[in-house]
Amino acid sequence: MSSTTTLTNPKLSEWDGGQRPMKATYGKLMMWFFLVSDAFTFASLLIAYGVVRFMHPAYEGAYSQFEFATSSDNFYWPIPEKVFNAFPGLHGVDAPLMFVGLMTFILILSSVTMVLAVEAGERKSKAEVEKWMLWTIVGGVTFLGCQAWEWSHFIHGTDEGVIRDGVQIFGANLHVNQYGPQLFADFFFFITGFHGVHVTSGVIINIVIFYNVVMGTYEERGSYEMIEKGGLYWHFVDLVWVFVFTFFYLV
Amino acid sequence: MAHHDATLSPEEIKKAKMKTVIKVTAILAAVTIIEFIFAFAWPDGSSRFILNILFVGMTLLKAGYIIMEFMHLGHEVGPLKFVVLFPMLFLVWLLVALFQEGGAILDAIQNW
Repeated sequence: MSSTTTLTNPKLSEWDGGQRPMKATYGKLMMWFFLVSDAFTFASLLIAYGVVRFMHPAYEGAYSQFEFATSSDNFYWPIPEKVFNAFPGLHGVDAPLMFVGLMTFILILSSVTMVLAVEAGERKSKAEVEKWMLWTIVGGVTFLGCQAWEWSHFIHGTDEGVIRDGVQIFGANLHVNQYGPQLFADFFFFITGFHGVHVTSGVIINIVIFYNVVMGTYEERGSYEMIEKGGLYWHFVDLVWVFVFTFFYLV
Repeated sequence: MAHHDATLSPEEIKKAKMKTVIKVTAILAAVTIIEFIFAFAWPDGSSRFILNILFVGMTLLKAGYIIMEFMHLGHEVGPLKFVVLFPMLFLVWLLVALFQEGGAILDAIQNW
């Protein structure tokens, strides 16, 4: 297929495509601008979470004595450490934040393999790009699997559940929430869900890029810059998780 | 891309980049582990406010390394850095304003 186009008037000036404003290619600039807008969306969600948290009374006892609120008269916000304290295969063991921590490491590692893929792309080393892209995809899929497990655990709740106003409640959904105020569950589903959608689309983008690498598309094009653009998106997903990890699980 | 000395061979450039990647990975891992230790070892009675400030500081440190090194923004030209980072200042104001608002709403609910 021939794709050569001859321009009658060659584009030379700064903004008509002849040169690169800010020394970045069009694709990279647009990815950055998209990420700025996406950062605003995520920040709005996290700030909204903060507002709602401040709208509810805080738990006042000692941290080690924490129990889920049992009365709607004193509906304090739960301590996230005490909510996310399960680990696959360790039923009934109190392992606060261990699983979330593992998820964080998995995502950071997949970000590292992405950097290595970009680096290999700059050297036009096809085999190495393939290897690192594949590891990145594996990391992303593993993270999504972990998130599915965590959601499932959150939805099903603890063995004992909690008795609130005389009614026994297990787990959380959009109608009831064993852990505390309803909005806590709503924000959990929305924020981690929105991030999960980003991870999912990131994995799909990475798979498309991996396919193109294998098919030699970038080899033919003479540039592996697409890896870099996909990489920007992937790192951003990791970046957002760093904030979600702190503001949703730690603080 | 990064401004490397033109006299370096591709192999040397690769080595230099790998060094950066390993360094940043180590920092990210170390900060996350420190966050964990703080979350568990923080004594029951002491101020969570100080702890939360420490968490925010460590998060910003991690975010800085991811943006500047992994996303390579640190090696882009000044205007691009500005265009990406400056809008984030608006979020600081949103944060301050809305957190105040949340506290005010709680106060109104409890004391009206």
